[in-house]
Amino acid sequence: MRIECPLCGSRDRREFYYSGHASALERPDPDSSAEVWDDYLHNRDNPAGLTEDLWHHEMGCSAWLVVQRDTVSHAVLAVRLAKGDQL
Amino acid sequence: MRFSALKILTEGLTGNRGWGAHWRDPEPAEEYDIIIIGGGGHGLSTAYYLAKEYGLKKIAVLEKGHIGSGNIGRNTTIIRANYFLPGNSEFYSHSLKLWEGLETDLNYNVMHSQRGQIGLFHSDGQRDAAIRRANSVRNQGDDAELLSVDQLRKMLPYLDYDQGRFPIYGGLLQRRAGTARHDAVAWGYARGADQRGVDLIQNCEVIGIDVRGGVVQGVQTSRGAIRAKKVGIVVAGRSSQVAAMAGMRLPIESHVLQAFVTEGLKPCINHVISFGMGHFYISQSDKGGLVFGGDLDMYASYAARGNLPMVEHVAEAGMTLMPMIGKARMLRSWGGIMDMTPDGSPIIDKTHIEGLYLNAGWCYGGFKAVPASGNCFAHLMATDTAHASAQGFRLDRFRTGRGLMDEEGTGAQHNLH
Amino acid sequence: MRVSGKGLIDRNTVLNFKFNGQPFQGFSGDTLASALLANDQRLVARSFKYHRPRGIMTAGSEEPNALVTVQRGKSQEPNTRATVQRLYEGLVAQPQNAWPSLKFDALGVNDLLSPFLVAGFYYKTFMWPRAFWERVYEPFIRHAAGLGALAEAYDHDLYEKAFAHCDVLIIGAGPSGLMAALTVARSGLDVILADENDRLGGRLLSEVEEVAGVAGHMWVDDALAELVGFANVRIMTNTTVTGAYDQGTYGALERVGHHLDMVPEGLPLESFWRITAKRAILCSGALERQIAFPDNDRPGIMTASGMRSYLNCYGVSPGQKIAVFGNNSDAHRTARDFAEAGVEVVAMIDSREGTSTQVDYPTYAGAEVVATSGRLGLKSISIRHNGGLKTIECDALGVSGGWNPSVHLTCHMNGRPVWDPSLASFLPKEDAIPGLVVAGAASGVMTTAGALAQGCQMAQSVAKDLGKRLMPSDLPHAEDRPYEIEPFWDVGGKGRAWLDFQNDVTTKDVKQAVQENFRSVEHMKRYTTQGMATDQGKNSNITALAVLADATGRGIPETGTTTFRPPYVPVAMAALGAGGQGKGFAPERFLTSDRATRALRAPMIEAGLWYRPSYFPKDGETHWRQSCDREVAMVRTAVGLCDVSTLGKIDIQGPDAVAFLDLLYTNSFASLKVGRVRYGLMLREDGHVMDDGTCARLSNSHYLMTTTTAAAGQVMRHMDFVHQALRPDLDVSFTSVTEHWAQFAVAGPQARALLNGILDRKISDKTMPYMGCGAVQLGGIEARLFRISFSGEHAYELAVPARYGDSLFRLLLAQAEALGGGPYGIEALNVLRLEKGFITHAEIHGRITAFDIGMGRMISDKKDCIGKSMAARSGLNGPERDQLVGLRPVGAVKKIIPGAHLFEPDAAPIRKNDQGYVTSMCYSPTAETVIAQAFLRDGRNRMGQAVKMVDHLSGVTTLCEVCNPVFFDPEGGRLRG
Repeated sequence: MRIECPLCGSRDRREFYYSGHASALERPDPDSSAEVWDDYLHNRDNPAGLTEDLWHHEMGCSAWLVVQRDTVSHAVLAVRLAKGDQL
Repeated sequence: MRFSALKILTEGLTGNRGWGAHWRDPEPAEEYDIIIIGGGGHGLSTAYYLAKEYGLKKIAVLEKGHIGSGNIGRNTTIIRANYFLPGNSEFYSHSLKLWEGLETDLNYNVMHSQRGQIGLFHSDGQRDAAIRRANSVRNQGDDAELLSVDQLRKMLPYLDYDQGRFPIYGGLLQRRAGTARHDAVAWGYARGADQRGVDLIQNCEVIGIDVRGGVVQGVQTSRGAIRAKKVGIVVAGRSSQVAAMAGMRLPIESHVLQAFVTEGLKPCINHVISFGMGHFYISQSDKGGLVFGGDLDMYASYAARGNLPMVEHVAEAGMTLMPMIGKARMLRSWGGIMDMTPDGSPIIDKTHIEGLYLNAGWCYGGFKAVPASGNCFAHLMATDTAHASAQGFRLDRFRTGRGLMDEEGTGAQHNLH
Repeated sequence: MRVSGKGLIDRNTVLNFKFNGQPFQGFSGDTLASALLANDQRLVARSFKYHRPRGIMTAGSEEPNALVTVQRGKSQEPNTRATVQRLYEGLVAQPQNAWPSLKFDALGVNDLLSPFLVAGFYYKTFMWPRAFWERVYEPFIRHAAGLGALAEAYDHDLYEKAFAHCDVLIIGAGPSGLMAALTVARSGLDVILADENDRLGGRLLSEVEEVAGVAGHMWVDDALAELVGFANVRIMTNTTVTGAYDQGTYGALERVGHHLDMVPEGLPLESFWRITAKRAILCSGALERQIAFPDNDRPGIMTASGMRSYLNCYGVSPGQKIAVFGNNSDAHRTARDFAEAGVEVVAMIDSREGTSTQVDYPTYAGAEVVATSGRLGLKSISIRHNGGLKTIECDALGVSGGWNPSVHLTCHMNGRPVWDPSLASFLPKEDAIPGLVVAGAASGVMTTAGALAQGCQMAQSVAKDLGKRLMPSDLPHAEDRPYEIEPFWDVGGKGRAWLDFQNDVTTKDVKQAVQENFRSVEHMKRYTTQGMATDQGKNSNITALAVLADATGRGIPETGTTTFRPPYVPVAMAALGAGGQGKGFAPERFLTSDRATRALRAPMIEAGLWYRPSYFPKDGETHWRQSCDREVAMVRTAVGLCDVSTLGKIDIQGPDAVAFLDLLYTNSFASLKVGRVRYGLMLREDGHVMDDGTCARLSNSHYLMTTTTAAAGQVMRHMDFVHQALRPDLDVSFTSVTEHWAQFAVAGPQARALLNGILDRKISDKTMPYMGCGAVQLGGIEARLFRISFSGEHAYELAVPARYGDSLFRLLLAQAEALGGGPYGIEALNVLRLEKGFITHAEIHGRITAFDIGMGRMISDKKDCIGKSMAARSGLNGPERDQLVGLRPVGAVKKIIPGAHLFEPDAAPIRKNDQGYVTSMCYSPTAETVIAQAFLRDGRNRMGQAVKMVDHLSGVTTLCEVCNPVFFDPEGGRLRG
């Protein structure tokens, strides 16, 4: 499995750390209800098909990446920096 | 038909023409008292115990493929009862006891082999954690003993004690732990359920769950609508999709776990061995293949297949632990879809919809749980109260933080358990 | 027997080898299988279940029968395919799964019992009495089963792993693969051409036919000569591509040393390759299948194409009298080639009507083989022809049920092959593997001319995909006679007809599975074990499917297939795990003081990937406790020295550094002044403790964070996440500097005196107060000094650039010894921290909250931090939580055991009475008693109460008093002295 890091190019899966769905980017307001926090931290759409998840290029540039991926075919469709466009 | 050595003898002498179907292939009825979605190990055992222990008659198991086509036929067949946190401890203890009577109960040889499981530890800290675990197991009334390196050398002479990266400090042995023939478990429960009148309906995919006024009405399937008073979801890696049919979003992420088998070899590994430093576990099947596995591939997946980095990592762990397996050849690799929860422990609970029940989140430890999972889920579905051994498996524990069962201590990240 | 004038072997080089203890001779270029056949050794193995006599069935890696154990020096390699093992001088091979001998195998009795050992019989018996399974039945089954045996020893053979990258990977170097390689090579793209055999050419080496007007194998030589001339082409022989993985990754096994009599030092036996290719062309050819007929498993019965390979490739005839049985035009090639080579062909039996040709050997059209004889080797066959039965004496029978394209790799991503009725075979599903196309017989193109054309065409399309335009190239002229087949699977009849030869699955087993309602193909496979042998059904799956389809009344397409999964050929664990053996499994990290420490005879132990000294034994000390107690006393009374460089160090800079720290830590860092250090607690977002450590403010916008050794990587990743994913607006940068600095703790009443002996400028309590930090110099070197303590003593941590670590350690050591002190190891470090009530990852083990360790108030209510919201969940706070306490024994028994559980003194030690557990303990030389830390239900409200510690494993029960975990200097006066 390979991922196209926007900074480093196509790299082997071994260089990356996976953490979970990209919904982790949408951290709730600290005062949000227990239900909102529960949903943020635990519940997942867990799609069979297209998803976006977070990968850390730990053995590379240490960028956190949002990877658009198909969980059934393992196709990687797009990769962007979690921090946005600015380098 | 009752299976026995005598039956094999008489059938063998008369051309084996008398063997009948292990289960029927009935057409789905219009309505059932209870529908179990999912004809895997957990679903089949649920149906079996519903029929056997609660005397329920109108039960159907709906399976989108064939009986036992999911994780029940893809695992490394390990059975143990050495969980240490309250909630898990009593449940797996209950399961091991059911395993011990299973063959007699089912009249089916599932080849349950209590050959003993040994978890190795490699530091003082790991030894202390093993002692804590062992004491939990003993508090529960199950067996656990600590092995010194000298004892290990006698039992497992082929481990690399001297040259390994992480020297072996000792091991935690559970003698009653072991393995079973995975497919036979599914078939044995299927046959037992069928004999008690359960309709096992294969090639019947659930495509919708009918709910009216907060009460479940039945399911829509690829073979038409079927009404039911109660519906249980027991679909492992596909839990999120099926629950979504009832509008639920679950604390589950599906991951691929690979498993492997080598070519057949003469007996050389007589226990189940787990190598904590390398996420590697191995046993030898009765056919002679070394059956082994490791950690998740670590990315969300429904592909039921994995990639090379984990294959190689598992092989490297095997080579550092027991170099004698170097000349064994990996024959086949495969993957299962694991329903990973945020604390690595399962869910057996009601849902917010009346009559809809959930049995999910077995992560990659579901095989050993099959008897108790079905037994406790049947209890819940039949009586609407949690079984004494499964009180901890509540869906709301993540919201409240109460009764989390994070055996690995890795926190709310689904793939880390 | 050898056939003169045939084969591509070197008859001038004779090789001696041993099989089954007997000496034989073969030639260079032989496989073990061809050499055995040349020596008329037909019986080479026993089957798995019935221990039936077995001979060589194929000439390739798919061989199900001829598995032997090759012995080489101290090592032995079980389950080696004789058909793949190249002969070398002195090769020693043994048959397996036969006792006492290959000719007389005691377990051959299983064959007589076969009516009782039918598919799935073991699920129906062996249940009584229950205890007999582990004691009697299972050991017997295990010993009867299995194939070869492992040598239970350290594996001394060298294996390797490697990476390779290319534009185009071509898998298989038969006609289509060679043509594809020639075509792509001319485009300038990087090509890897991998072939399983040591000689390129595939079927061209096994057939008598011309390509471009010369013998096929000569055209191969020409093609090879041309390919070798391309700098952009890499040819990998003896290399089997084993698996197709995501994004163009392929696994491949190169057998490097197996064919050599002496493997040179440094040369591996095997190398496992990870090949990344932008495109791949699968030219894997096809495998011939059998036809099921009674007793079709006798030694001497083989594939018709395998027979041809032995004749044309190795100059060997597997018998004196050859018969061939087939359902397709290809089978006739075998009869023709043998007849032309002067070997007697006694029958060409074709199941199709009206196929007799003008040849000078007997042919039988519309006929079938219905029986065979010969216990240890084929003696005769009976055929049904024109309504009558005829027995024909023969000692070799080639069978062809047709060709199965080798679609395996196209199935590795769950692609299901597609049934083609005209070829009576499954063809690869298009685009089953992204970036991979299929050419030649693997795609169902069964003629040489077609394969060459398709190889060229696929190469052109792949090159075009990669942006290269290719001139059309001329195709060599080649054989183009069509392949004609009429499906014929199972002759039927009374006897047992084998499908899976190794696992002894017969057509009856499949039919019985259906009778018992194991009707789906997966059920049939798992119930009968069809296709689960070492060939993974390569030889038998399709025929078995056809039998299943017939028995269930469904067609083959509706029946479907089981899945082919990686690896294509079995791969040695030593190859897949190459480098992992011994210490290679994980990196080793060494302190800068490692050499000096080992010179002091300190036992080193693993701390994560690091090695740290356990203790520093002095002469006369015979037990680690003596050293440890001395080191503790030394720190408490004089001064001790400890390398703490393993702690994670993260350098944080930027105007928003403090805002960043405030988000990471539970407590506030806004008020931390320059030149000061603060303890910080970090949570995971789920409200549990991730790590603790210190953070020093070096200048206005410059901080240095320390983490525990265990969590250094996790914390760094977490910080990257918090910054990049949650707060990219914060102007802050940070980097790990763990390896950049060597850091030493100097602890004890004499710590300042020691430092003032080496620092360029002396320090005082005023210039360097407790929890102070700053830049210092020693010997002109810029260093950093932190006045922090993990021992409860007046202590410092002194950090220098790592290149000075070794010399600083030696300097500090000399200074410490002069002051009556010395080095201490992590045993003493652990005692010192326990005496002082500090925690480690033994306590913060991932299930612990700030509340549990009494640090609930460290979660600032004035700001947000990671984990704050979830830490407030009701279930993570309150009296039902296990809370950190100290324990000391108060009864006669003084032992406290980490991992033991806690109970009320009168309660039975069972789960429902469980009140907590011990995490750490030590003997405190300072308090002169055993002390411990534990988590106890509502522990903070139970100070002074008694609890009972029970360790079921050792049988120890200890009455303990619950106390404050700080056993030493609770006021902290010594820290500030």
